[in-house]
Amino acid sequence: MEKKMKKLLSKHEFYISLVIVLLCAMIEIRSGQFFTPNNLVDLGSALIVPGLFAIGAFMVIVSGGIDVSFPALASLSVYTTTRILTDIDYKGGILLPIVMVLAFGALLGAFNGFFIAKLKLPTMIITLGTSSVFKGIMQGVLNSTQIPNIPEGMKKFGNDALFVALNKESGLTSKMPIAFLILIVAIGLAYFVLRYTMFGRALFAIGGNESSAYRAGFNVERTKFILYVVVGAVSSLAGLIRVCMMGQCHPTNMLGMEMMIIAGVVLGGVAITGGDGTLTGCMLGTILIVMVQNSLILLGIPTYWQGFFLGTLIIVGTGISAMQVLRNSKRLVRKKSEEESS
Amino acid sequence: MSQSVIKVVDVKKSFGAVKALKGVSLEIAPGEIHCLAGENGCGKSTLIKVISGVHPPDSGHIEFGGKVYTKISPIEAIMNGVQVIYQDFSIFPNLTVMENLVFNSELKDKRKFVNWKRFRKIAQEAVDRIGFKVDLNARVGDLSVADKQLVAICRALMFNAKLIIMDEPTTALTTKEVNALFKIIMSLKQQGIAILFVSHKLNEVFEISERFTIMRSGEKIITGNTSELDDKKFTYYMTGREFEDLRFKPKNVNKEPLLEVENLGLSGYFHDVNFKLHRGEILGITGLLGSGRTELALSLFGVTPADQGKIRIKGQEVVIDSVASAMKHNIGYVPEDRLSEGLFLPRSIGDNIVISELENISNKRGVIDQKKRKSEIERWVKELGVATNNPNNACNTLSGGNQQKVVLAKWLSRNLDILILNGPTVGVDIGAKHDIHTILQNLAHEGLGIIIISDDLPEILQNSSKVIIMKNGTVTAELNPEDIDENKLSEYMMGGNE
Repeated sequence: MEKKMKKLLSKHEFYISLVIVLLCAMIEIRSGQFFTPNNLVDLGSALIVPGLFAIGAFMVIVSGGIDVSFPALASLSVYTTTRILTDIDYKGGILLPIVMVLAFGALLGAFNGFFIAKLKLPTMIITLGTSSVFKGIMQGVLNSTQIPNIPEGMKKFGNDALFVALNKESGLTSKMPIAFLILIVAIGLAYFVLRYTMFGRALFAIGGNESSAYRAGFNVERTKFILYVVVGAVSSLAGLIRVCMMGQCHPTNMLGMEMMIIAGVVLGGVAITGGDGTLTGCMLGTILIVMVQNSLILLGIPTYWQGFFLGTLIIVGTGISAMQVLRNSKRLVRKKSEEESS
Repeated sequence: MSQSVIKVVDVKKSFGAVKALKGVSLEIAPGEIHCLAGENGCGKSTLIKVISGVHPPDSGHIEFGGKVYTKISPIEAIMNGVQVIYQDFSIFPNLTVMENLVFNSELKDKRKFVNWKRFRKIAQEAVDRIGFKVDLNARVGDLSVADKQLVAICRALMFNAKLIIMDEPTTALTTKEVNALFKIIMSLKQQGIAILFVSHKLNEVFEISERFTIMRSGEKIITGNTSELDDKKFTYYMTGREFEDLRFKPKNVNKEPLLEVENLGLSGYFHDVNFKLHRGEILGITGLLGSGRTELALSLFGVTPADQGKIRIKGQEVVIDSVASAMKHNIGYVPEDRLSEGLFLPRSIGDNIVISELENISNKRGVIDQKKRKSEIERWVKELGVATNNPNNACNTLSGGNQQKVVLAKWLSRNLDILILNGPTVGVDIGAKHDIHTILQNLAHEGLGIIIISDDLPEILQNSSKVIIMKNGTVTAELNPEDIDENKLSEYMMGGNE
């Protein structure tokens, strides 16, 4: 029992859950609105897009890189898909848009992957560059403008509800979009891939020590290339869902989200240096960020304080885990000296 | 002699104009423990890389059990039972022991999916082979260096290994851990596995190996039985130079103590440490890893300030609570890990030499006087014999011993009173080691007070005028090196003699 307790206390996920519970309680006490059905559904719906982005960002960070291009990449592939479909006056369902956006996403991801895997350049440098390239193609070459009327099929997908929650007191209703299922499936898939495939373990291995991974016989180049293709596709899917849910395509709307997403992942205890972290932690961190963004209003705190709170959370959150690492290493030294002397 | 495990015949290998191997031959029998020695850059690593298939040889060939290869790929080397344990062990610190053990074999079988039950089974078998007790779910990064090495050894054994190459396996181990490693090597020998043991530590070569090969500048100098080798010959073959053992005899010891430490302590690390250091003396401090010796040094240099006791310098009580205050009292510290703590490796040799005396070579406005800078650099390069033709080269172009000289120059340029060295010759060649010892002894004669912390016992005995032994965070003995030998010293360290 005591051992279990100790194990729990050493887990980062425990602390972040604690913070989430505290924040929930605080909001509930102040506003009485947190645990209303419509607020919870709103949160869930707001989690879809950041959640999908976070899965991609998480996999990249685990493998030892930092990808800052995914919002620009998603914007470009979603904009291209929507533009083409609007121009041909597409009347069909959501399937074709999804296939198209996945294909564009994979292609752009392959562009990232080629430079990172073959030329062995740091991910952050490459993606800073490609992110500008993607933005440039969208705004310059494609001369992007807002598309106010997206195809019916996409709009319908964004509006269709899995279920509707009603707040009996205020009479407000909130819809949980069908797309929430995609997030659930994506999390399930990511969990399986990371834990039960050699590809997933290779990401951890590369993040831990790239040259060891190479010597052990992992195909480091191919693994990285596939990783960025997958991340491109997943991010673009997230972008599509966002456009569908908003009912219009605003090309620059997602740009700048990368910092918030990466912050969420790091807050979830994922080591920015690679190799360490859990999907659970990554999701908890993202939930916390989404909660802060959505719920501060319920606390009566003006929205411009959001940045301040997010920043504080990140410092405190990463600070706690850094302190733990320090404490653990000190304990190790002491244990060692005891062993030596015994 | 039975069929050899490996036979290397007249292998040559050049990198551009550099001839790394000039026709080297080597033969190892099953169950033989063969030591490969030589100074840095003598071609040892290249030879290992040729054997393990990383570099194809330019000419010559390799034979495995009679099969001749003029070129060999890493996979072929593994199939022929060659396993290399690199100095960094090639492990994944972020993953569990289990995963570290199974990856190679899973990848060799081209598996795409993970079966944790199978992982556990394979890993358990691997550790059982050498009776290594370890929690398979422990993170490898949390293990001690010795345990990390055992993980690497277990992994190497999984492939039906016939020859295990260990690249300087004892560098980061304590005496106790080295003994444990040797036991394992002996049991591998019993299973008929040959070991190629790369080392330049004399005592280890004598203790473990039956046969040895010494290389110098790309050539094999000699192969023979270890029983026919002695210290003098070994050093001579390695360096091509003859050295006499210079035992330190303090000449100009000042009566006034330079540094006095009274009941010094830092909670959790060391306590009640007392000693005196005079000008002209070299104080040797030794003890096992974790005995508090490194922490003591760090406290004297203000990195982790002591929280109990007193420090007096030249009779004056002083407070050392930061590196800056230690430097103000003319204390210098050469760290254990010079690569990460003592040098700016990508910067030039010159920059590294003048870094701690910038205020002395710059004018009032803080602009560096280039002429003074140049003459300072030239002076130290010459004085300490740093082997470079251009001090503008990056520091990482130097060998370990010469890098250590640069660290010394960096401190000596400040006109120190006290110099503390932690492991002054770890990873340094015999030749350079000798040079460094000579420099330190001369510095002491010139009036510096020197403290050497080391677990290289011959080094301590040869260079100190007084030895103190630390155990469990405190001083357990103060000895005169003239009265003791290595065995006595290590008995004191283990605590068998109290």
